[in-house]
Amino acid sequence: MDVISDQNWLLSLGTFLPLAGVLVMLLIPKREELLHKQVALATALGTLGVGIYTLIQFDYDKAEQLQFYANTEWISVIKSGYTIGLDGISLPLYFLSMVITVLVMIYSWDHIPSPGNPKAFLILMLVLQTGMAGTFIAQDLILFFVFFEVVLLPMYFMIGVWGGEQRQYASLKFFLYTMFGSALMLVAFLALFYQTDSVSFSIPYLVEQGINIDQDVAIWIFGGMFIGFAVKVPMFPFHTWLPDAHTQAPTQGSVILAAILLKLGTYGFVRIAIPILPQAAVKWAPVIGVLAVIGIIYGALGCLAQKDMKRLIAFSSVAHMGFVMLGISTLTATGINAALFGMVAHGLITGMLFFCAGSIKERYHTLEISRLSGLLIQMPKLGWILGFCAMASLGLPGLAGFWGEFPAILSAYNPAPALNEPLFRVLMVIAALGTVLAAAYLLWLYQRTAFGEPNPEFTGHGHAHAVGAAGNDEHHDDIHDVNVFEWIAWTPLLIAIVVLGVYPQLMFKVMDPAVTQLVEVFNP
Amino acid sequence: MIASLLAAAGDFTPPVADYHALAPEIVLAVGICLVLLVDLFVEERQRWITSTLAGFVLLGAFIPVVTLAVIGGDVRYGLGGDVLDGRYVIDEYALILKALFLIAGYVVVLMSSDEIESGRYHQGEYYVLLLTSVLGMVMMASSRDLISIFVALEFLSIPAYMLAAWNKRNSKGNEAGMKYYLLGVFASAIMLYGMSLLYGVTGTTLLSEIGPAITANGQFSGIEALAVVFIVVGFAFKVSAVPFHQWAPDVYEGAPTPVTAFLSVASKAAGFVALTTLVFLAFPLASDVYQPFIWVLSAASMTVGNLLALRQTNIVRMLAYSSISQGGFILMPLTVAGEAGVGESALKAVVVYLVVYAATNLGAFAVVIAVSKKTRSGEISSFGGLFSYAPALGVLMTVFLASLAGIPPLGGWFAKFGAFKAVLDAGTNWGYSIAIIAAINTVIAAAYYITVMREIWMKPVPDGDVTPIRTPSSIQAALVITCGATIVLGVLPDLVGRFGDLSDLTGALGG
Repeated sequence: MDVISDQNWLLSLGTFLPLAGVLVMLLIPKREELLHKQVALATALGTLGVGIYTLIQFDYDKAEQLQFYANTEWISVIKSGYTIGLDGISLPLYFLSMVITVLVMIYSWDHIPSPGNPKAFLILMLVLQTGMAGTFIAQDLILFFVFFEVVLLPMYFMIGVWGGEQRQYASLKFFLYTMFGSALMLVAFLALFYQTDSVSFSIPYLVEQGINIDQDVAIWIFGGMFIGFAVKVPMFPFHTWLPDAHTQAPTQGSVILAAILLKLGTYGFVRIAIPILPQAAVKWAPVIGVLAVIGIIYGALGCLAQKDMKRLIAFSSVAHMGFVMLGISTLTATGINAALFGMVAHGLITGMLFFCAGSIKERYHTLEISRLSGLLIQMPKLGWILGFCAMASLGLPGLAGFWGEFPAILSAYNPAPALNEPLFRVLMVIAALGTVLAAAYLLWLYQRTAFGEPNPEFTGHGHAHAVGAAGNDEHHDDIHDVNVFEWIAWTPLLIAIVVLGVYPQLMFKVMDPAVTQLVEVFNP
Repeated sequence: MIASLLAAAGDFTPPVADYHALAPEIVLAVGICLVLLVDLFVEERQRWITSTLAGFVLLGAFIPVVTLAVIGGDVRYGLGGDVLDGRYVIDEYALILKALFLIAGYVVVLMSSDEIESGRYHQGEYYVLLLTSVLGMVMMASSRDLISIFVALEFLSIPAYMLAAWNKRNSKGNEAGMKYYLLGVFASAIMLYGMSLLYGVTGTTLLSEIGPAITANGQFSGIEALAVVFIVVGFAFKVSAVPFHQWAPDVYEGAPTPVTAFLSVASKAAGFVALTTLVFLAFPLASDVYQPFIWVLSAASMTVGNLLALRQTNIVRMLAYSSISQGGFILMPLTVAGEAGVGESALKAVVVYLVVYAATNLGAFAVVIAVSKKTRSGEISSFGGLFSYAPALGVLMTVFLASLAGIPPLGGWFAKFGAFKAVLDAGTNWGYSIAIIAAINTVIAAAYYITVMREIWMKPVPDGDVTPIRTPSSIQAALVITCGATIVLGVLPDLVGRFGDLSDLTGALGG
């Protein structure tokens, strides 16, 4: 495989820069809260700067090649190298992780969740950033595994310490599910290593060799990776950790979880499982497709049944990731392009929805849908933003969500030649019905929370006492519209949703060469 | 009689000592005398000097280890001459382990100084015993002969028996010392019996000669099998492998915590080193005997150790059972050591695991010492809310526990990975079955490590006392060393991975 090794220090810099910030923050005493926020934000901005520079230096005419490629010896005992590189598939996600971290840092400026301690909170976030960016640049299975796992503990603590009432249960569930998945994934990686003459863990090398693995063995290996990645995505039936984790996580945790962490799983399929073991991917594709569609319908029905806004958004993630996985399972350029676009779009939109939910929770101290109403009257700006995001999330053409869902459904009409066409067409129809359900639950959510008169218990002292909602009256002063930090944190996301919706080519043209190369093997 | 001695003396050629190669042992031996003398001549309230001195002795002994490693080159014989050749060897395998023992000893000194000083008695003797035990370990790393192995083993064990009973005014302390002593000598006796059988059958004590001689007459004899089993059982006691582990939790709980750290790390590692040397040099043809036997020890240690650790409420006892379980992981690669082509990765896996485990476990004990200074309790629940009032200790303990659980990028993950890889390399049913058992155990182990993490991060402070913990500077130093090693070894495992080449170990002896 051709690689471009110019500026091969760039990705390492972008990935490990946050750790430099962590070191600085470790030396600053805990009580200097403002300083911590400044250092953390500066670090995140610096990292984003490196990301922007990467974006500029990336050679878009050769997007199918690994660029900024570096390969040095790392653990020679097990023949694993420090192999990193970036192509059109990973570039958008790598950059997205940096953007989201910055925005979350800005949002954290005046939204440090209870029990406080910005030092620890922000340090964990920077460590998370390193893990996420590292996963997207790793071109060696062991390196990938290490970065994939680096994410685990910070998120565990973020949910477990700064989360809601059932944080301990939720964090433990998150931890055990992921641990279980990665154990199987690691076994699969090792099996892959032995099946290819124990020469190297390098992904480009394995992509060349993996095709020679006996199909029966390959199916088993793919199965191990499938569970590892499917837990992270999460796909039905491995999704049960997600609603708990999302609901209990602090807003920042939910945003990062939705925007980046879930993508580590889908990215694993596109980067590792499918290119290395195409012969097994063909066999697994129907399974993935069916589970994806079950996820779409199940997630949508789950949404309709939720009483808690954050839990509803979490279930909608299950449905959206179903579309992504459906696109991947078609093994076509259209489908995988759509999936990659869907990942980024879902990151932006659901991230934004979680921001909204967090801000509503902060003002009303509840996310119970039946208690919220009249957002448009009480907080018109926030209400409109929520409406915008709901529209984007249900896949309204002209906004980013559309370009993830529509082509994914379309691609199922014409799956890769080796796949069962009637099956995928049936899946296509069911998935299309899923979009209707998506419209239903999102519009219903919006109608219940934003329309109507504000709930009297939140409108003022007199009313509150009148309806006897004592215990909430001390919070009335909190209800104010979008504040300046929220504006700064949200505007880039809102703009991106529009820009990518109006001009999706911006991303498709980056990803397409790499994706086309990836699916070549399926088009004999 | 004198005449016959004189006659014999005529052929006697004095051994050739390689003083550079022997320098670590010499420095330690001189240091031990020095500490003893200083202790005699300083006043009671200045006895802390002995602690500092002991630290310098260990660091001093570390210098020649570094220079030997830097010079590299040929394998050296500490004592040469026709008969002595190959019985006391300094190669890379020996050097990395000597370094391990010396640094572990140094960290234990750092952890001890505050605790032993506050006990107000026998400081000098404590450090003398500690250094003597370390000397025994350093010798063990080089021993390639049944006699030197046994001498080294006693050298390191006997001071450890006394150290275990250091809390002599406390019934648990007495129990610890007594139990450790009785079971220790029992194990030595069994082992010595096995060694004598081995000598009787093969006619030599040199490991590299025992190796080929073991099946000299074409097949395995009953006595040979018995000898191998007895020797392995003896070491199984030393490394507290199930079912020879019963002494460990009681001893660990009764001994002063720094001593517990020392026993569970350095002393245990010395047992593994001897076992590894024996397996690779003396038993290469005996894998039919030791493979099933070590397989059972390994599987039982991880499983029983883990299941019992799950139920502990005392942190030291939990770490004791966790160390039994970790011992099972260290034994795991040895089960396949005899398979063709696997020796290399098995040996590396053991060496890497020992080094990583030492750093991590010592660190965990250092945190336990620091925290119990404030809470005066050994209960796991006393760690509640640690993160809120002592964030540094909370984070450090998290690092150590996560490393023990095998979560990347901390050292433990690579140690475990190496062990898994070694048994999968073998590609035999013995290898696959132990790998599955180990995989299940990895998940069980995560459960009890994470229990402690939850206490630290998410639970309220049990007594509401949130005064910050004043950590003595010596323990801070110990924490910096162990935490640094834990992280660095996880990120750059090649640092130790390059040591422990199999050709070094066996090639040196013409085997």
